[in-house]
Parts: sequence; C-alpha cells; structure tokens
Amino acid sequence: MPMLSFLIRRLLQTIPTVLAVVLLVFVLFSVVPGSIVSSMSDDADPQVELRMKQQLGLDDPVHVRFGKYIAKLATGDFGTSFRTREPVTTMIAKRAWPTLQLIFTSMAFAVLLGVPLGFVAALRPGGFVDSAAMFVAVSGLSIAKFWLGLVLMYLFALKLGWLPSFGYGDGSLKYLLLPAVTLGVSPMALLARTTRAAVLEIMTADFVRTARSKGMSEIRVVKWHVMRNALVIILTTMGLQFGALMGQAVVVEKLFSWPGIGSLLVDSVLQRDVPAVQGSILVVVLAFLAINLLIDVLYGVIDPRIRYA
Amino acid sequence: MFRMMAIIAGLGLVLAGSAEAQTPRKGGTIRMTAPYGSSFTSLDIHTTQRAQDEIYAKALHRSLYTWDSAEGKPVPELAKEVVVSGGGLVQTFKLRDDAYFHNGRKMTADDIIWTFNRIMDGTKAYPGARFVRIIEGAAAVEKGQAKEISGLKKIDDFTLEMKLTEKVDPGFYFFTALTSIYPADEGAKESFIQHPIGLGPFKFVEHVPGSRIVLERWDKFYKPGKPYADKVIVSIMGEAAARDVAFRNKEIDTSVLGPAQYVAYQADPDLKGTIVEVAEVFTRYMGMNPAFKPFADKRVRQAINYAIDADLIINKLVKGKAYRATSWLPLTSPAYDKAMKPYPYDPAKAKQLLADAGYPNGFEFEWTTSQNESWGLPIVSAVIPMLDKVGIKAKVKQVETAVLAEVVRTGDYQAFIYSQQSGPDPLAALKCFHSSTPQPACNYMNFKNADFDKILDEAGQTDDAAKRTQLLQKANALLYEEAPVWFFNYNKAVMAVQPWLHGIQKNPTELTHQNAEELWVDETSPAK
Repeated sequence: MPMLSFLIRRLLQTIPTVLAVVLLVFVLFSVVPGSIVSSMSDDADPQVELRMKQQLGLDDPVHVRFGKYIAKLATGDFGTSFRTREPVTTMIAKRAWPTLQLIFTSMAFAVLLGVPLGFVAALRPGGFVDSAAMFVAVSGLSIAKFWLGLVLMYLFALKLGWLPSFGYGDGSLKYLLLPAVTLGVSPMALLARTTRAAVLEIMTADFVRTARSKGMSEIRVVKWHVMRNALVIILTTMGLQFGALMGQAVVVEKLFSWPGIGSLLVDSVLQRDVPAVQGSILVVVLAFLAINLLIDVLYGVIDPRIRYA
Repeated sequence: MFRMMAIIAGLGLVLAGSAEAQTPRKGGTIRMTAPYGSSFTSLDIHTTQRAQDEIYAKALHRSLYTWDSAEGKPVPELAKEVVVSGGGLVQTFKLRDDAYFHNGRKMTADDIIWTFNRIMDGTKAYPGARFVRIIEGAAAVEKGQAKEISGLKKIDDFTLEMKLTEKVDPGFYFFTALTSIYPADEGAKESFIQHPIGLGPFKFVEHVPGSRIVLERWDKFYKPGKPYADKVIVSIMGEAAARDVAFRNKEIDTSVLGPAQYVAYQADPDLKGTIVEVAEVFTRYMGMNPAFKPFADKRVRQAINYAIDADLIINKLVKGKAYRATSWLPLTSPAYDKAMKPYPYDPAKAKQLLADAGYPNGFEFEWTTSQNESWGLPIVSAVIPMLDKVGIKAKVKQVETAVLAEVVRTGDYQAFIYSQQSGPDPLAALKCFHSSTPQPACNYMNFKNADFDKILDEAGQTDDAAKRTQLLQKANALLYEEAPVWFFNYNKAVMAVQPWLHGIQKNPTELTHQNAEELWVDETSPAK
C-alpha cells in the first residue's frame, strides 16, 4: 500500500516537470530565428508562406499554439511532423527500439565492467589493480566519444575485420557492439570510480568493523554488508547516467549511422520541425523520469530501511 | 609460326578480357552513401529540396526530363518526342507508353497533370513550385485562385500540351526529383509517405530512418536491359571520418570526400585511382548588401575582390577542392567564358579603390556565416586578416545554416557567405540578378542594373543559340565588373568510387545524384 501511494505521488510529481519541459521547448522554438517555411523552400512567395503558416498553425499567437498543443498532448497526440508529414508518434516509434537497444546495451557494458572494476580496485587500494583500474576509469571519462568510436571502427572493422564499421543491419549484436561500447565507456568509467569510492567508505564504516570483529569472513562482509550498501550509490549513478546516455547517444548515432531518437532530434532541430523536436524531447524526458522512478523503487528493495514516504 | 600464333591468341584473350570488363554485368548490389546529414527528410520527394534526398530519389523516381551528364544538358525522359510551337511557348509532349509505376499501372498524361497540380498546392509550399511556376496558370493555383493549372492540357493518354509563361527550355525546369511524377491514385494516399511508388529503375523495399533506404530492381522499367543491379542500398553516413573507414573497409561503394580526405586519397596510391571529380554548378561567394552604405559603391565591392587572396585560401584551406571563381557562371556552364580572368590579389589596388570611394581608412561590417567548412567560418576566419590589411574590419556573426538561409532571403545582413546554385541553366542562374527577381527568390543582393536587365531580356528572347551564349557571357562579364559579391570559388565535387562500381556519371548538378540504371558492379564487388 505505501508503495502504491508512493508511485502515485511520484507520477503526479512528474506532471509539472513534463509541463515545464514542454513549455520551455515551445517558448525556445518560438523565439529562435529560422522556421520550417524557410527550410522547405528558399523562394516561396510571401503569400504562399502565409498560407503555409496558416495551415501549420504557425500564425497563431504562442499562447494559443501552446494551448492547442497541450490539448492534443493530453489525448496522446504528439502532432504531425512539419517535414515528413508523418505523425510524430510514428516517427518516434520507429526510432525508439534502436535507441533502447543502444542505451541498455551500453549500460549493461558499463555495469558489467565498471562495477567489478571499482570493487576490485577498492579491495586493494593503492595496489597495481587499483592504479590500473583508475587509469582506465580516468581515461574512459576523458576520451571524446567521436574519437573513441573512430578508433574502435579502425581496429575492429578495418584492421581485424571482426565487426561492421557502421549501420543498423538487422539490428543484431554485431552491429550494436561498437556503438554500444563507444557510448558505454564513459558511464563504465564513472561507475568504476563511484563504486570504488563507495566501497572504500563503507569498508571503514562502524557496522563493517563490527561484522569483522564478530568473526565474519571477509567474503561475507563484502557480500552482505559492503555490496548491499554500495548498491544504493551505484543505482543512483546508473539512474543519472541513463539520462546522460540519451544526450550523448546523438554523437554515437550519427557516427555509426544508428537510427535512434538522437539523430531524429538533431535533424528536427536543424530543420525547425517543432512537433518532432517537442515529441523527441518529451520521450527522452519521460524515459529519464521512468528510469529514475524505477531506481527509487529499487532503493527500497535493496535497503529496507528506505521507506516509501 | 608457333610464336606468332601464341601472340595472336594472347592478344585475342586480352581484347576479350577488355570487352568483358566493359560489358555491364547483371545483378549485384550497389551500396551508395548519403553524406549530407543524419537522415532523409521525407519519402515524399516533393517536400524536400535537400541534395541528400535526391540521392535515393534518382533510383526510385523519374521526372519529365533527366540530366544527361555526357551531353551536359537535360534530355526528355518520360517523353519520346517534344514538339515546340507557339513561338516557343507551347510544348507538346509525346509521352512514353511503356513507363509503369511500381504498382504496375501505366503512366499517362493524367499523372503528370495531377503531379504538377499537387506541387502547386500553396498551402504546402512544395519547393518544386519554383519550377512548375513556369507553366501558365500554375501561379494562380499556388495562390488559391484556381484549382487546376490552365496551361496543362491532356490531348490523349500519351500526349500532353504545356503552355509556358516564358520562352525557356523546360528541360532545365523539370529534370530534378522535385518534380518527380507520382501515380495520381496512389500519390494522394496517406500510405504513400511510408511506401513511395515511382517510375524509376528501382522500387522501394525498406526505409530504416536515420540509417538506410533499400531499393530493388523494377523489372518493368522502360529502358531495355536496365537497371543492371538487383539492389541499391543508400546508407546515411553524415560523418566523413566514418565514411572513410567504411570505404577503406569495402563496406560502401561510394564516398563523398571533404578537403582533408581529398588530400589523403590523392596521396595514397591505393586510393588515388578511386577519385572522381567534377566542377559542380555551385558558386561560393560573399554577398554584400547595397543598403549598407559602403557596399553601395561599386569600387568598395571591387576593392574587396582585390583584397582577398582567394587562390591562397583555395589551395591551403580548401586543399584544392574548388575552382577559382571568375564571375558567377561556373566552369561547367554552357555560357562560361574561358577568356575571363578572376580578380587578381592586389591589396594596393584595393586600398586605392577604397580611398577613391571615400574610405581611405576602411570601415567595419558585420559578416554573417554558418559553420560550413568549405564556405563558412573557416573561410571567413582566413579572409578577415586579408581585409584587415586594407583597413576593412569584419565582425563575425555566426548562425546555423537554416538561419543563414532566412537571413539571406530577408536581406537582414551587411554581408554573408554562401553557396548558391549557379546552373545548369545559365539564363536561370543569371536571372537571379535581374531587377524583376525578388530578393527572397534568389536575388539575395537585391541587385538592380538596367543594362544587365536589358542584356538578359535580349538573351531570353533570341532563338539563336550562339547569340544567346554571347549575351549571357556579356551579362556574366557585367556582373564581374559590378561585383555584387566577392567571387570565391566553384565547388569541385569529389567522390571516391570503388573499382568494381562502373557507370558513374560526372553530374555537375550534384555528383551524388546518379541515374542508378546506368550503374553496375562487377564480380569483384564484396556485396552479394
């Protein structure tokens, strides 16, 4: 029951956030120069431009357009793309799965490599493993994704011939691997550093000392006390990284010709396709909120002391 | 004797091999790339004027005319014969009776009329309207004053009469994919955007937005034996470095090269032979607003042309991937005057002209630019110190390409740097400087010159081709003298083509726009 009321409360809390984002994007695209009309045709008659604006509803005042947009949004209608003339929901639906594939695979790579790396480093602080792990982590955080992607392409496609250098293909792992690793290196590095810091801190906590003094083996101490407590911090980092990955995916999608929402967003911004921009941003925001809500719920599962209050 | 026979046999084998190499092979997959962005705008080709979209459209669609790169002119594509009458204003098209849409229906005159009426729907601002407007009554449809274009008349299913508003070659107006002919019954359906139907040599199979378009051979294509390939895949690859890896890895058959790659490929013995280059019909320039006082004076505009070492910029910054502009019309224009020389780099003369114009200490102006590597910020940054040497200070205003297009059309600038189509029709290209052409159309510098108008009007009226060329050259020379712009360069389009892909056409209107039915791959292609 407390879980249900927590969920309802959190869902209600997302409404102002979503509205604020929608309003911000709307206002932003109402004031920035350039419009779909100029990007469509560079010699349209002013009379034609006017008719086109009327048809697209661009001649209404901003507040009227915003009201109409919100009314549509309430019914699940994201509007129609100015440039492709397709419903925005259809456009996003086509791109959603590749984006999810990319982000979840990147996160899986980051977690599977970053968390163990951080743990191992923390268990022997100052040692060779720790230094090597932290070198990898710092490098991973510093490397530009574009450059890393090119290096991976060069190595695994051109030199070794193991993987295709670009494209979506049939959406299988061999096409996904290079973009996912390129995108996942930075969160992997961050997770490694965060895990190391969390584990080091927990290792010196009173309850760990107590467990050891009670004669508990080091493996049990790490498994039952250190890991569980560190997981809360790791989950928080993961939640934030999901949001960051959605933003960073733009570069990777473009580099690898991966058909995700990121490249849709960039092209829509450049061509002033406002409904597509709004729809794409809204989906990204909703996904970010949903993942963080899920993580909030997981907190309670991992640590029963955390109440849904 | 035996030796002689061996030589003859060997020669025979060589000749046979060479003949085989030239004989187009049936089958295989052509893997082209779309390098201008991270997606296609739309599968409704009427809605988009991006060069990116026409790459796939050349395989999927057909227009009334097509560009013949070998001849350097547009030629009828969907018509077997064109009869001109009415003092050049009436064109009667005897249409092909063997052109089938990808849904199996035969094309008729109704489809062409329906398509042109659609393009003139003023509520949609289809970019192809600029071409269809040449038909009598088209502008009235665009403005909502008429429902159908009065200048189009169906004589019978395969005969179409078209009345023009001006005496022009309609080929220049109806060869791009913007005027692709749609099937009247299907083109109106919502589903058309998801699954386009055309008249081209390849039919639509799949679109993965942001990644690729796949097309396969249309067996009822009207050119016997064509297309050669079974399949065409157009992959979207906006990143030059990624294209480079994919090309070297033999994953793609074509790759557009930027300046840096152009140099690298020229230096690489394995890749040098893959380079195909052509002077495209685009002129890069700095436009000057005559409403800004210093630029109202011809001497100031000329001074700017003398003050900039364009050759140095082309060689060092653009890495030789451009041709020096002499005036407006590019090298591949039929009216290009080979005798013309560009403005020489002469800062002393520039200073003198500035002093004569009343600006001995120079002046300051705002220069609007995009980030484009070939005609944007890097070029502006290189020019600024050169202008500074003669006392002219330029302040950079950087904007997005979409914003720059609006700035240019509205005249909201002191100066801007741009790349503008300057062909293939020299008359249409120069018409952008005619005083009757509104600024938003393409007279971006709001150029007005009575002598220029007179020469151009005369060129438009004459039926004598040689005289017309002479008049166009005269108009082009007048532009050189008036210098409404700093004439920077004509684009040199460069594409790397794998050795197994044959039939590439050196298309000066846009090198990536290939008539796909002419392309074929030999057995060494790694694509199955």
